Amino acid sequence: MIEETRLIELIGISKDFDGTKALSDINLYIRKREFVTLLGPSGCGKTTMLRIIGGFEYPTEGTLLFEGKDIASVPPYKRRVNTVFQKYALFPHLNVYDNIAFGLKLKKMSRGEIEKRVGRMLNLVKMTGFEKRSVDSLSGGQQQRIAIARALVNEPEVLLLDEPLGALDLKLRKEMQLELKSMQQELGITFMFVTHDQEEALTMSDTIVVMNEGRIQQVGDPKRIYDEPKNAFVADFIGESNILRGLMLEDELVSMCGEKFPCVDSGFGINQPVDVVVRPEDIMVVGEDVGMLTGEVKSVLFKGVHYEMIISAGGFNWKVHSTTMQPAGSTVGLSIVPFNMHIMRRQPPKEAAS
Amino acid sequence: MRKFFRGTYLGLLLTFLYAPIVVMVVLSFNASKSRAKWGGFSLQWYEKLFRSGEIMHVLYMTILIALIATAVATILGTLAAIGIHAMKSRNANLIMSISYLPMTTPDIVTGVSLMLMFVFIKVPLGYGTMLLAHIAFDTPYVLFSVLPKLRSLNVNLYEAALDLGCPPMKAVNKVILPEIMPGVVTGALLAFTMSLDDFVISYFTSNTDRNLSMIIYAAARKGIEPTIYALSTLMFVAVLVLLLIVNKRSALENVS
Amino acid sequence: MKRSAFAGPYVAWMAMFTVAPLLFVVYFAFKGDSGFTLANIQKFLAPTYLNVLWRSLYLAVYCTAICLLIGYPAAYFLAGKDFSKNQALFVLILIPMWMNFLLRTYAMMSLLEDSGIINQLLKAMGLQPLAMIGTEGAVLTGMVYNFVPFMILPIYTSLKKMDERIIEAAEDLGADPYNVFRRVVLPLSVPGVVSGITMVFMPAVTTFAISRLLGSGNFWLFGDIIERQFLEANDWGFGSALSLVMMMLIIASIGLLNRIDPKKEGSGAW
Repeated sequence: MIEETRLIELIGISKDFDGTKALSDINLYIRKREFVTLLGPSGCGKTTMLRIIGGFEYPTEGTLLFEGKDIASVPPYKRRVNTVFQKYALFPHLNVYDNIAFGLKLKKMSRGEIEKRVGRMLNLVKMTGFEKRSVDSLSGGQQQRIAIARALVNEPEVLLLDEPLGALDLKLRKEMQLELKSMQQELGITFMFVTHDQEEALTMSDTIVVMNEGRIQQVGDPKRIYDEPKNAFVADFIGESNILRGLMLEDELVSMCGEKFPCVDSGFGINQPVDVVVRPEDIMVVGEDVGMLTGEVKSVLFKGVHYEMIISAGGFNWKVHSTTMQPAGSTVGLSIVPFNMHIMRRQPPKEAAS
Repeated sequence: MRKFFRGTYLGLLLTFLYAPIVVMVVLSFNASKSRAKWGGFSLQWYEKLFRSGEIMHVLYMTILIALIATAVATILGTLAAIGIHAMKSRNANLIMSISYLPMTTPDIVTGVSLMLMFVFIKVPLGYGTMLLAHIAFDTPYVLFSVLPKLRSLNVNLYEAALDLGCPPMKAVNKVILPEIMPGVVTGALLAFTMSLDDFVISYFTSNTDRNLSMIIYAAARKGIEPTIYALSTLMFVAVLVLLLIVNKRSALENVS
Repeated sequence: MKRSAFAGPYVAWMAMFTVAPLLFVVYFAFKGDSGFTLANIQKFLAPTYLNVLWRSLYLAVYCTAICLLIGYPAAYFLAGKDFSKNQALFVLILIPMWMNFLLRTYAMMSLLEDSGIINQLLKAMGLQPLAMIGTEGAVLTGMVYNFVPFMILPIYTSLKKMDERIIEAAEDLGADPYNVFRRVVLPLSVPGVVSGITMVFMPAVTTFAISRLLGSGNFWLFGDIIERQFLEANDWGFGSALSLVMMMLIIASIGLLNRIDPKKEGSGAW
């Protein structure tokens, strides 16, 4: 369903704010009908990237292409892109209907046509009947839907969403995630979504762009990002992991915690220092004599879906998720299937802050 | 480019606002009495100002009245805010409506009405009646500065104090008063400024006892007198310094 | 003691020194030699006095209009991206407001005088000196000079309160700068404008000092005739009647303005 045409392209984009580099050398393309999520911690540059595409910031360096044409100097009101702002930014002096109709009135559409489209949009966001309501009489979730309706009614090529679900409670958030996804698929519009919540990103996206400190760390579909993180940052940010230092002895054999472990990765060379990632749910707790490692259970937490145990083995505190538990203080064995050992190149030391 | 155009507009406006003041400041140092010819630099008008017993006395009385009026107004107004906050909304609304009266009534009507009343009940007009009038129009400003602070006060703070063993009177002192203090201070400053600056109401509620604005008015009606220029310059500098201090303080607070 | 009793002293003071005096005005307005009379009000309806009222009204309206015309762009530029970081500019506009208003009028007198700076400059340039003091123009100029900061402040406050994101949202939805102003900024600044109009029109229509000093007593404004009744003609009845008329005028204008800004959003101007 994703078309291969490159709708938006960022080439060598950088953005400086008074000496702080918010974005460094960003190269990315976004395809038609794609649901892309920019994922990263606060300050990683994801909102800045969104704002550059929306037209509210000018890139310091680089080229921004839209359908092959350079749009860096095109003002926001001329771009076929619409934004859903983080705090919704609804017009307080207009009611719901006029808020949604705002963009259409600027296009000098006829009254009948506007009524039709606004009605259709209210239907889509499940808020029919709210036309005359004032903005401040709506709840957060309702305001958010109106913000989405207001943007979508203009039938943009791309919808930019800046952490739109941040202010909602958990249940509403999860509902909206599914609704947004289905909306996107129904309308066939490209969505560009910004969030710091990795679970949200994994649920909704076709493609995830993981960012940190102004740079892209990894681009890929959710499964690839989860199963094959390219570096320690991505591995740590997505899902929970155990990350340890190891030594790649040879292809498909890694040494860590003083033991040798068969794994399925190769191509790292001989005796190369590497980072090893193992997901908590991939560690098996077995009898103390039959495991690859032996250790003591330090703590047990019941999390509803599973138990979370911290087990100290081989000089490392392993985080383990399991549906059964061993009491704190007991001695156990740990085993890891080779397929679940993921090897990454050791992260180079961080560049000194300027 | 746009910035240049906008800057020019604001610059012209500032010139318009300050030209008369600058002229006065310059002329205050003019050795000659003329308003158009420069007769050399001189401090004579400042000397004359400070030696004028009348002006100094009036200045003193103006500040004194402003201080007393502010003090009384602050106490009355703060207590009133606390009282109104604890009232049923019907009574509260009634009192608030009355409180709007001094601010919506034109100065001249306020002044005239007070004069009528004082003369009718045969109270002589002077600094005393001026003071009573000042308190009356200053207090609403305090009330309107303190009440919003009270309304936005977190009820939980007071209850937390009680919960931790604080008796009610002490709780008011330690919890409520500090929270509303900014409102009290703002109100007091506003009241003080209103009193210092007042002309019309003082003009009607007093006869020969004059405040600063009244003597400026009398002098202006007679003709231009350079001592007034000296007075203006000093007042301008005082206002400048005051506003700079206030600004520095709020800038520092913003930073910290 | 109930806490609501704290307001007692204040209420008593207000009753004595705010409400009671006004009742006296009402009393004197309608008191005749033999009881209730409308004679004082009728005296007001004479053409001389109606003219004065008319003059006060149109000067006040001109003054308000000019202040709005000058003040709105000033507030807009001050609140905009270019200068909003510049605290100094804003303070500079404020300072004249804090100066004694008589002194400011006095300053204007010095400028506009027959032998004042402006005329000296004109003479030096070989042009005819202008007779400025004593004209309606001088009074109008004095009013604008005194009141324009009071128009700028509330408009500036309401513009600054505006969330920048709303402007971005408007641009995002296709509004060019003209439409952003017309459809978003202007409507949202209305409370400030209403507040500014109130703070200018009311003192403008009731002033007497400015007209005395800058008009040299050549013509009367409403405030002048009230003052005269009390301090010169000793006709308290008529003076009270005039005061009542003035109060009615003010209440009517406030009522009118309230209909435009019923939420009173602009009243937090200070």
